[in-house]
Amino acid sequence: MKDNYLEILNLSKSFGEVRALNNVSLKIPEQCLFGLIGPDGAGKTTLLRIITTLLLPDTGSVRIKGMDVVKNYKKVRKFTGYMPGRFSLYQDLTVEENLKFYATIFGTTIQKNYHLIRNVYSHIEPFKKRLTRNLSGGMKQKLALSCALIHNPEILVLDEPTTGVDAVSRDEFWDILRDLRNKGMTIIVSTPYMSEARLCDYVALMHNGMLMEIDIPERIVERFNKSLLAIRSDNIIKLVNDLRDYSPDSSAYLFGQETHYYQEKKYSKTDIKNYLEGKGHGNIKIVEIKANIEDCFISAIENYSDIN
Amino acid sequence: MAPGETIIKVNGLVKKYGNFTANDNLTFEVYKGEIFGFLGANGAGKTTAIRILCGLSYPTSGEIRVAGYNVYTQREKIKSNIGYMSQKFSLYEDLTVKENIRFYAGIYGLSDLQIKEKTEILIDKLDLKEAANKLVRYIPLGWKQKLSFSVAVFHDPKLVFLDEPTGGVDPITRRKFWELIYDTASKGITVFVTTHYMDEAEYCDRISVMSEGRIEALDTPANLKTRYSAKNMDEVFLKIARN
Repeated sequence: MKDNYLEILNLSKSFGEVRALNNVSLKIPEQCLFGLIGPDGAGKTTLLRIITTLLLPDTGSVRIKGMDVVKNYKKVRKFTGYMPGRFSLYQDLTVEENLKFYATIFGTTIQKNYHLIRNVYSHIEPFKKRLTRNLSGGMKQKLALSCALIHNPEILVLDEPTTGVDAVSRDEFWDILRDLRNKGMTIIVSTPYMSEARLCDYVALMHNGMLMEIDIPERIVERFNKSLLAIRSDNIIKLVNDLRDYSPDSSAYLFGQETHYYQEKKYSKTDIKNYLEGKGHGNIKIVEIKANIEDCFISAIENYSDIN
Repeated sequence: MAPGETIIKVNGLVKKYGNFTANDNLTFEVYKGEIFGFLGANGAGKTTAIRILCGLSYPTSGEIRVAGYNVYTQREKIKSNIGYMSQKFSLYEDLTVKENIRFYAGIYGLSDLQIKEKTEILIDKLDLKEAANKLVRYIPLGWKQKLSFSVAVFHDPKLVFLDEPTGGVDPITRRKFWELIYDTASKGITVFVTTHYMDEAEYCDRISVMSEGRIEALDTPANLKTRYSAKNMDEVFLKIARN
């Protein structure tokens, strides 16, 4: 297993005034499930499109197995599978025709690589004579993945495959990705759902064209270096605002029915409780907790906006 | 939350398309000032039910009142008493922030004087002073989102429907948006929200989970987690949807 199977060095890309990628560097090991986590506009799609040779960088380079993706774009395309964020198959072809089309342009057949797609394609095979435009969202997603896999790629790149998909289908989709990884494929997948970070071997947290953190999810969570309290009271909105007023080196964010309170310096729970009681809060509960990926993402955004 | 005034009353809602039953005997109530999460897998029947509650489609049978009005005979009354925000923010990209506010306020029948006063207050509250005369096309996604929501409640409806309102924004912007939702609910406007972010279900006062046209569970997030012995709403949802 190579640690630098895919190597990105000082990559930048602008569209007019918008800096979509700002000096991004990254190494992705072979046979790993790599998650690119970030909101819309973070630069995920731009990065994935450069990796898949569909877009040229302004500066910097991407190498896969030591091969520069700009110079060797024809070779790279042969062993790369790409599932774009927007559904891009031919709506006026049937399910089977789309799959056959993609197999043919890569010089292979459905039969030859059927073993690769069996898990995914078997769900939609009963509808293979149906026009693609008449498939449900979940079925379209499975067909798009089948088409991205049909030429037996070494590396699979998926742009937000689970966005807008319900939690059950998302879960099934991640099972499929893990299975492909176990078969030896290197997978790069982007997602706006922070909770999916834990399903990846490695993740990069991306915001405003920058990679804020790159690591194993558990290690990112362990690195959270502030004191974190989960606080509840009977008036959640007032609670967030009162906590923000409590000290200048802290911040407060809603997490469901509780507020997560990050502090540079650690304040005593009793002092905070007394302060909140003085502000008229009842049913106050304060518990020290461990950070999750979303806490880390929020904290990283705060740090980056301090720097800039 | 103690049940107060009922804003949505649904009793035995059935909607059929041919042989297919999209909504199978739904019965539930939503109260004034409540944040009600309407969850379910894709194809579970959520959109069908929301369209009926918004007065855009007739049920096959059942007794349904929204904001006190009958969905069979008083659909226009319903439309003027609700707000709606979709995931594809229905703002006009080629109008400015102010023009969009004016447009929607006008549609809901506010007077010029009311529009003028309320617009100033809103722009101040949203911190959009510098962007007020910018085309919506050029403002960031998070701003579009709060504008889109504010426009949906500009006419002080009794109830606002939010259809996957928070997709795509960063976690800080998403939380600021929920603060805006809480603020609105605290003024007595009922919030009816759908989302695929299961952690967001935790923000709701009560949640219903639909599966195959039926409501399989309806309770507070805390009670649902206890009942399904689940750590979080994600587990609750998976357990319900898989059974």
